[in-house]
Amino acid sequence: MTPSVTEPVDGGRRRWEQAVTDTIVVPDAIREAMVAHALACRPEEACGLLAADADGRVVFCYPTTNILRSRTNYTIDPTEHFRALRHAEARGWELAGAFHSHPHTEAFPSPTDVELAAEPDWLYVIVGLADPDDPRVRAFRIREGTVTEVAMRGG
Amino acid sequence: MARIKLPTVLRPHTEGSAVVEVDGRTVGEVFSALVERYPSLESQLRGDGGLAVFVNVFVDDEDIRYLDGLDTPVGDDSEITILPAVAGG
Repeated sequence: MTPSVTEPVDGGRRRWEQAVTDTIVVPDAIREAMVAHALACRPEEACGLLAADADGRVVFCYPTTNILRSRTNYTIDPTEHFRALRHAEARGWELAGAFHSHPHTEAFPSPTDVELAAEPDWLYVIVGLADPDDPRVRAFRIREGTVTEVAMRGG
Repeated sequence: MARIKLPTVLRPHTEGSAVVEVDGRTVGEVFSALVERYPSLESQLRGDGGLAVFVNVFVDDEDIRYLDGLDTPVGDDSEITILPAVAGG
């Protein structure tokens, strides 16, 4: 297990920090829920959000509407995003990532994914359905144009 | 004063603060006060004559796009939540 790295953002008012590890716990049921949503939305891109507990373990999956209804792009419905945030915060979780599908291509961030990734600490999970009978699920962090794969561990 | 909840991506602009309280009678006034305190937020919040494209703003439980946009009234007890658009390809 790789030790966690702490990235402090120092400010005069308040110190904020978040532990980042290169292995993340994603329960099998959540992985399966992401695949199920991806298959249900095919041939359009599916999307959703992920919540993590205080230890950084992914604990909940929110399948959401892709308001673009597109085979090549997605935007999460903002109201569903807001409701997911409220749901997560009420349980002491935080939104810690997003997932989406590539209905026809591999599970790797596209240039658009890299360009639009807003949250440097989020986990970006991609379900690749190049072969729908053999969905691939991979997770990444995307920071300032740099893509780093994160290992997912069931549990 | 209205409470503004900021997403992680904007916190480097607020010295790390996740919640900021400022005065204002509308979302636009609240944003002006926020930008006065944290000038680098300007380009993050405002686009051509309105809200930045990749930002969603909720007053209490309502998306301001379905209310009066930046003219949406804000009460002393209002909670304003700023969410980045989650999008990709």
